[in-house]
Amino acid sequence: MADRKTITIAIMDAPYEGARSTTALRLIDIAARRGYNINVFAYEGAVLQPFVAQKPHPNAVHGRTVEEENHFMPKDAIAALMRAAEHNGGKIDWVNCGLCVDERGAAEAVPGVRRGSPADFWKMAEASDNTLVIATR
Amino acid sequence: MKTLSIIESAYRGTIEEQDDTIVWLHGAMKGAGADVALLLRGNAVNYLVEGQDAGGLAFGEWRQTQPPRIAKDLAALIGKGVEIRYVADDLAERGIERDELIAGAQPVARAGLADLIGRYERVWHW
Repeated sequence: MADRKTITIAIMDAPYEGARSTTALRLIDIAARRGYNINVFAYEGAVLQPFVAQKPHPNAVHGRTVEEENHFMPKDAIAALMRAAEHNGGKIDWVNCGLCVDERGAAEAVPGVRRGSPADFWKMAEASDNTLVIATR
Repeated sequence: MKTLSIIESAYRGTIEEQDDTIVWLHGAMKGAGADVALLLRGNAVNYLVEGQDAGGLAFGEWRQTQPPRIAKDLAALIGKGVEIRYVADDLAERGIERDELIAGAQPVARAGLADLIGRYERVWHW
């Protein structure tokens, strides 16, 4: 597709601590449905979004088993988004800031996530139709 | 020790957590025998509005099946004997009518907060 759009999104928020990371995933979902090529640069706490050690849990306060709780796992959402992008002819290139990963011990990520640096963010932005920064506050 | 928890931070991570972590924390502590009461202020007064629906989140083929139901969680706490109050002025400023709220939550005027807080031995602000 000659007119396939490429966007780059920078995110910074760790999972479970705000709505900005959910918003970022929702925007990626729309772009994936449209077959866009999507670059993601995960900085600071956002490198924990695709962290493979995330585990679902039951919820005793709500009286639900682990299956009933079906707790939101960002890593699963990201994997699903990667499949959706590919299904629609696009792709997601997810780059985790390497130093941020080292600080947090978050090296293990779902397949398709690669280690990088701010230089990758710059290169991705330069090669994109547009860039969206969703900074932490 | 009788404790009043003031919840002000609202809708922070609630979609991903599938609840409000501070409301949840008090449910867990109540289950462990804690003597707690809640005061909702600021944007958190909206937690009491009954007609909220956060369902429908989906990423690719993944579907969220347990969206947050915070008003229901608060109603459950009331059912377990937890006193829940809200700042009536904050509700009015947001254009929320009292008949939109779950049953059992009690209003307190902003001018009455000092008296309310004075009735508790410990006050936590979230």
